[in-house]
Amino acid sequence: MSLFEIKNVSKSFGDLKVLNDITVSVDKGEVVAIIGPSGSGKSTLLRCATMLETMDSGDLTYKGEYAAKNDENGKSVYAPPSELRKIKGYFGLVFQQFNLFPHYSVLKNLCDAPVSVQKRDRKEVEKEARVLISKMGLEGKENYYPQQLSGGQQQRVAIARALCMNPDILFFDEPTSALDPELTGEILKVIRQLAQEHMTMVIVTHEMAFARDVADRVIFMDGGYIVEEGRPEDVITNPKEERTQRFLARFSENG
Amino acid sequence: MSLMNVMRQIGSGFGSTLIIFFFTLLFSMPLGILVALGRMSKIKPLSVLIQGIISILRGTPLMLQLIVVFYGPYYLFGMKLSTGWRLYATLIGFSINYAAYFAEIFRAGIQSIPVGQTEAATVLGYTKVQTFVKIIFPQMVKRTIPPVTNEVITLVKDTSLAFVLAYQEMFTYAKQVSAAMSSLMPLFVAGLFYYLFNLVVTIAMDRIEKALSYYN
Repeated sequence: MSLFEIKNVSKSFGDLKVLNDITVSVDKGEVVAIIGPSGSGKSTLLRCATMLETMDSGDLTYKGEYAAKNDENGKSVYAPPSELRKIKGYFGLVFQQFNLFPHYSVLKNLCDAPVSVQKRDRKEVEKEARVLISKMGLEGKENYYPQQLSGGQQQRVAIARALCMNPDILFFDEPTSALDPELTGEILKVIRQLAQEHMTMVIVTHEMAFARDVADRVIFMDGGYIVEEGRPEDVITNPKEERTQRFLARFSENG
Repeated sequence: MSLMNVMRQIGSGFGSTLIIFFFTLLFSMPLGILVALGRMSKIKPLSVLIQGIISILRGTPLMLQLIVVFYGPYYLFGMKLSTGWRLYATLIGFSINYAAYFAEIFRAGIQSIPVGQTEAATVLGYTKVQTFVKIIFPQMVKRTIPPVTNEVITLVKDTSLAFVLAYQEMFTYAKQVSAAMSSLMPLFVAGLFYYLFNLVVTIAMDRIEKALSYYN
């Protein structure tokens, strides 16, 4: 059984069809990278998976539990709110723009949701949060506010915040795109470390070298379709599809 | 009449002014938040209705609104108006009017907060109420302090409009003393009182703004 599966998803914004009958499933411990040009639908796919967007049609399951299921007319019907709230505990999302809470300290950014959403013991959560903070190389920053940190540090806080919920799977939406090239490395290092610890992850990224190194599987999307999918050495190094080749060629030209 | 006497006379109306000021803020701010939320509601008829009410409340004189609230029960329902009604009508009129202004300020404040904040909270599993109370509201308060300060300062001066309902506040006394003495001096004294009141208000709001400046 896959940990996460999104099946036959279609999604339109008005007349624009952004996802066409897409199916992705992810096993426990797997690291999947989604690549593709802007507007290819990869971010929308991630937003559908994390329920920030509703699917027009398609099924969405975590650990075999349905968050949404097609009805007889082929329209997605979502589970009741209580069920969805439970399922939201299975995944975490790291945003391109971090989206930390500016009025909370680093520690509170990590602890507030586990305490007030998951109703866990504050002391225990704080202990766990401090371990995560030092794992992210942010010791001593517990009482800082997000604006006092660099972009790279903020993104590491955001990763820690997602991890503090103990998710089964972590989604990354272009986690380094808002960062200076200098700061990109520190985020990729953290994700690499998580991959070594067999954290299940789905990463939308433009960092091809990183995707090739870290991912177990690469999905190339374009125009709302999955064009090519497979091992990174196949998709990135020796793409079969002409569209993938063109996309990757532009990448190596640009360095 | 000595200056001290004049000040004492005018000062005796200060309590009434303070009552209007304090209760108007107490009622209009929470009401303003509710109205702002209603105005942003996805339920179109509700949002349009509230938009219309706000438009009328902001587009007509507060003095007229006070008169309507005061005489409304008599003309609409033939109710007899008690003396106590003066104060209640004043507070209702002021609170509703100020709620309309606060509502627009709060709406702008809420809508200025990046949508990513709500999205992050949603993914973390916060309920809609938790997201508003814990994430959106505190940031809104910080962002709306300058325009809210403006409204509070205006309110201090607007309390003098209560004279139309013959509610005895500070300005009513000042006019009476001024007429009795055939002198403008009492009015200037009243002006000084309003100014000092607003000085305190400004300092207080400044303190709050500073206390919230620990983040951007």
